[in-house]
Amino acid sequence: MALSARQLKVGDTHSEQVVDNLTRTQIVQYAGASGDYNPIHTDEVYTTQVAGYPSVFAHGMLTMGLTGTMLTNYVGDGCLTKFGVRFTKQVWPGDTLTANATVEAIREEGGQRFVDLQLSTVNQNGEEVLSGYASARIDP
Amino acid sequence: MAIEKFPVEAGHIMLFARAVGDGNPIYYDEAYARTKEPGSIIAPPTFVQASAQFDPDYRLRPKIGQPWFGSGKEPTGVPPSSGGGGTGLHAEQHYEYHRHPKPGDVLTATSRPGQTWERQGRRSGKLIFTETITEYRDQHGELVVTARGVGVRTERPVEQS
Repeated sequence: MALSARQLKVGDTHSEQVVDNLTRTQIVQYAGASGDYNPIHTDEVYTTQVAGYPSVFAHGMLTMGLTGTMLTNYVGDGCLTKFGVRFTKQVWPGDTLTANATVEAIREEGGQRFVDLQLSTVNQNGEEVLSGYASARIDP
Repeated sequence: MAIEKFPVEAGHIMLFARAVGDGNPIYYDEAYARTKEPGSIIAPPTFVQASAQFDPDYRLRPKIGQPWFGSGKEPTGVPPSSGGGGTGLHAEQHYEYHRHPKPGDVLTATSRPGQTWERQGRRSGKLIFTETITEYRDQHGELVVTARGVGVRTERPVEQS
């Protein structure tokens, strides 16, 4: 069910913990589903000895996907019209992420109401790993 | 990149939703989905990224019979030549949904380059950003999703604070 404009106001927030103690296996699971098998996400030996990072790390798109879970739980199924993000910090195995949405505007366009959201996903240290925006169709 | 055929399949959607920790039955239960507004299973918002599975030239998938740059007996299967210590990373991703893909759709994807720009990074040297715009169309030629991705190539690995 879509959100309703009547129940929303600018400044409203919605937050969800989208992963607790991210595992290397979940990163591999995402590699398999998405088709991005880059060894910097799936191969600790390559990543530490060749790429020069302390460990494998999550695909940016896994962080976006996790954030999308919070987003669709909030706005409802099939209502999203826009979703865009910047990846601001790497996400590592063991991280716990919380995705946050804040209502920035409620507007009407061609007889259809929309909500505009600001997005921020943070790790267990409160550091932002993703910032972004989304828009969704809402009911009157 | 051009993908001639990206068949959207229910099993693939289920696996993708699991990988992003999303247990919503709209992504796997057709009977449930029929009772909801979309009327059928739909794909999660970032699913079109999995079109890489159907890109014959996708660089980040091991190809049958070809050396792979991940580890085997050695830490990398391909001698470092083009590298220089940098890493290709994903900087931004933007989607515009004209509708949400569903099982049975057969999408095509066509990409065109967008802008390119450079910036000096504090933790990874010179950064080169390149933008790619991809249009996903269905079997009727209708636009389904417009995607804009920004990749960044770093001069050296990102320093960890």
